[in-house]
Amino acid sequence: MTRKQRRMTIIGGSLAVLALAAALVLNALRDSIVFFSTPTMVAEKHVEPGKRFRLGGLVQPGSLQRGDNLAVTFEVADGNAKLPVAYKGILPDLFREGQGVVAEGALDANGVFKADTVLAKHDETYMPKDVADALKKQGHWKDDYGGKPADSGKSSNSGKTSDAGKPAATTAQGNPQGAVR
Amino acid sequence: MIAESGHYALVLALGLALIQSIVPLIGARLNDAALMNVARSTALAQLLFVGASFVALVMLHVNSDFSVANVYENSHSMKPLLYKITGVWGNHEGSMLLWVSILALFGGLVAAFGNNLPLSLRAHVLAVQAWVASAFYLFILVTSNPFLRIANPPIEGRDLNPVLQDIGLAVHPPMLYLGYVGFSISFSFAIAALMEGRIDAAWARWVRPWTLVAWIFLTLGIAMGSYWAYYELGWGGWWFWDPVENASLMPWLSGTALLHSALVMEKRNALKVWTILLSILTFSLSLLGTFLVRSGVITSVHAFATDPTRGVFILLILCLFIGGSLALFAGRATSLKQGGLFAPISREGALVLNNLLLTVACAVVLFGTLYPLAMEMLADFKMSVGAPFYNLTFAPLFAMLLLAVPFGPMLAWKRGDLLGVTQRLLAAGVAGLVAVAIVWGWARGGSALAPLAIGLGVFVIAGAVTDIVERTGLVRLPFATVLHRARGLPRSAWGTAFAHAGLGVALIGIVCETTWNSEYIATMKQNGVAQIAGFDVKLDGLLQRQGPNYREMIAQFNVSRDGQPLSVMTPSKRSFTTRGSSTTEAALLTRGASQLYISLGDATAEGAIAVRIYYKPMVLMIWWGPVLMAFGGVLSLSDRRLRVGAPKPARAKQRLQPAE
Repeated sequence: MTRKQRRMTIIGGSLAVLALAAALVLNALRDSIVFFSTPTMVAEKHVEPGKRFRLGGLVQPGSLQRGDNLAVTFEVADGNAKLPVAYKGILPDLFREGQGVVAEGALDANGVFKADTVLAKHDETYMPKDVADALKKQGHWKDDYGGKPADSGKSSNSGKTSDAGKPAATTAQGNPQGAVR
Repeated sequence: MIAESGHYALVLALGLALIQSIVPLIGARLNDAALMNVARSTALAQLLFVGASFVALVMLHVNSDFSVANVYENSHSMKPLLYKITGVWGNHEGSMLLWVSILALFGGLVAAFGNNLPLSLRAHVLAVQAWVASAFYLFILVTSNPFLRIANPPIEGRDLNPVLQDIGLAVHPPMLYLGYVGFSISFSFAIAALMEGRIDAAWARWVRPWTLVAWIFLTLGIAMGSYWAYYELGWGGWWFWDPVENASLMPWLSGTALLHSALVMEKRNALKVWTILLSILTFSLSLLGTFLVRSGVITSVHAFATDPTRGVFILLILCLFIGGSLALFAGRATSLKQGGLFAPISREGALVLNNLLLTVACAVVLFGTLYPLAMEMLADFKMSVGAPFYNLTFAPLFAMLLLAVPFGPMLAWKRGDLLGVTQRLLAAGVAGLVAVAIVWGWARGGSALAPLAIGLGVFVIAGAVTDIVERTGLVRLPFATVLHRARGLPRSAWGTAFAHAGLGVALIGIVCETTWNSEYIATMKQNGVAQIAGFDVKLDGLLQRQGPNYREMIAQFNVSRDGQPLSVMTPSKRSFTTRGSSTTEAALLTRGASQLYISLGDATAEGAIAVRIYYKPMVLMIWWGPVLMAFGGVLSLSDRRLRVGAPKPARAKQRLQPAE
C-alpha cells in the first residue's frame, strides 16, 4: 500500500465511524429526549396522553394525599394552572408542600400526570432552576419562594449545595433503573 | 489573622504565578539559563504559598471560626472533625482552592523532578502551567474568595449539606481533581512543544507517566463518586448521565485516548500532531467540566444556584485557553514532522481505531451534555437528554470499542496479521460465546442484548488473559520457562492486561445490575416480612438515636435465606436540625459481588415505614472494574522504561539549538 492509500484508509475509516455516530445521535434524538413543561404550558399546548415530559412547578399546599401502598397524589401549580399528579413510591427526602418539584412521566387519558420519577432538592430554600425561570417568565415569581436563585450573591449561599461533583439531590424513582435503561 | 494570612498567601501565589508566566519565556528567548530556572523556584514557592493558603482555610474550618463567611455557611461547631476538614472543599470557594492547590502541586512536581527535562522545555511547560494558575488565582480572588469575613460574626454555622457529610467527600473530590488537573501537565507539555516547534519520542515518554497518573486518579475518582451516589442517595442508582457526571466522563474518555496515542508516539514516533491535539482537548474538557460544575449553568440533579459573574469569568478562562491553544495548534501543528509509517492493520492501526471510537464516544457525550443548553439558549425550550439517549448512542460505540480491545495488544507494530491474531483469540471468542449460551439458557427475563453484552465482557477478559498466556508461553512451554518469562514481561504488558480485563469486569457488572435487579417498595409494619430474590427481610423494629449533629431513626431488619438467618441490616434516616433536611443512609449486605440494599422512606402515623429493598446482582463488579483498570495503570507506571526516563541524546541535541 502506498502512503496515500494508507492515509485514505484511515480517513475513510474515521469518516465511517463519524457517520455512524451521527446516525446514532439523530436516531436517538427522535424519541429519547424529554421536554420540560409547566402546568400552564401543558394547558396551552395540549400535550397528548402518553408523551413523556418533565413537569415542574410548586407542590400545591394542601393537595398531598397518601393512599394505600405508597400511592400518592398531589397537584403541581405554577400560579396560572394546576395539574394533578399521581405517583407510586417513596418521595424524596425534601419533597414538601409549597416547594418546587420536578416530576417525569406522562399524562393519562383523564389528564392526570402519572409520574415515575420525582425530583426534589436537598435544601430547605431550594427552587429548581427550571421552575424558577418559568415562574419568573410568567410574572409569578415572589421573593418568598425560597432561595432567590437570581441574586445568589454572598447572601444566598444556602441555595447552593455546591461541591465537587456530588449529586446533591434526592431522586425518587418508581422505576429504579430509569437512569440506566 | 489566619484568614488574612491565607488570603495574603493566595495573593502572593498569584504574584509568583505571574512572574512564572513571563520570565521563563524571556529566558527561553534569550537562551538564558538563569532566567529559565526562575520557573523552577517560582513553581516550588507557589506550591508553598497555595499550600499555606489551603492549610489556613482548613484551620479556619477546624476551629469553627464563624467570622469567616465560608466557614459560617458550610460548617457547624458540632460537626465531626472529619467533616469539618472535608467540608473545606464541600463548597464552591473551598473546592476552587483545592483545584489550584492541586495545580500548584503538579507544577511543583514538574519543577522538582524535571531535572532531566531539556531546560527550555521545562521553562515553557512551567510557564504554561503558570498561565492556567494565574487565571484561576484571579478567579478565586475576584469572584470566590474563601477568606471573606462577616461584619457581625454569628455564633453558630449553617452546617454542611447533610448529603456531603460522608466519607465520600473526603475521597471523591480530591481524587477527581487530581485527575482533572493532572491533565494540565500534558496540556502544558503540548503547548510547550508547539511553542518550541519541536517534539519527539522523548517528549511522549515524558508526558505519558503524567497522563497515566492523572488517568489513574480520574478513573478512581469517577468510580468512587459513582459508588458514593449509589449508597448515599438511597435508590441504588450509580450513574445518572447527569451533566456533572458527563463532565468527568469526557476528560476520562479523551484522556484514555491520549494515553493510547502517546504510546504510539513513544514507541513509533507517529501520530504526533494527533497526540498534541488530544492533550489540548483533554484539558479543555477538564476546564469545560469545571465550568459546567462551577458556574451552575446546567439544571441537573447537581444543579447549583447560579452566580453569573462566576459563570462568565470561567467562561472567559475557558475561551481564552481553549481558543488560544487551538489557534496555536492550527498555526504550528504543520511544522511538526510526521514519522513512523504503518499499515492500517497493525498495533498503530488498532490504537488509531481506539482513539477514533473513544473520541467519537466523547463527542456524543459532549453533544448530549450541551445540546439541551444550546436549545434553551437558542430556541427557548427546555428539555433533558437522559439515559435513553446515551443507551442508543454511547453504548453501541463502546460495544464496538470493546470488541476491538482484545485485538489491539496482540497485533504487531507496523504491520499486523489480523488472521493470526483472530486464530489466537479463538479460545477467548469461544469463551465469550459459551458465556452467551449459558446466560441465555439460564436467565429469565431481561433484554435479549444482555447475554450478548455479558459474552462481550467475557471475551474482553479472556482476551486480556490470552495476551498474557501468549506472551509467557503458558501451556506451550515448561512451567519454569513460563515463570521466567512472566517475570521478564514488562510491567506495562501486565498493566494493559489488567486495565483491559477491568473493562470487561465493569461491563458484566453493569449489564447484570441493570437487567436482573429486583426491587421491593412498600410500607412495612413491625414483624412484617418482605421477600425478594430468595431473601426474607423481616422488620424487627424502629428506634431513635441522637447523633452528633442529627437525630436518626434506625430500622432493624433481620435477613434470612431458606430459614437460615444471615445478618441484621440497619438502614436509617437522619434529620439534620440546622438545615432542616434529612438524608437516607442505606444498609448494604454484600454476598459475593451482589448486594442487598435497604433504604427507608417516611414513617407513617401507625408505626409503619416505607422501605425500598433492592437485590442487585453482581453490582460490585461495576466498581471492581475501574479499580482493576487503575491497578493496571499503576503497574504500567512502575514499568522500567518510565522509571529510567527519557533517553539522553535528545537533551544533548537541544542544548546546541537556539530556543525557538
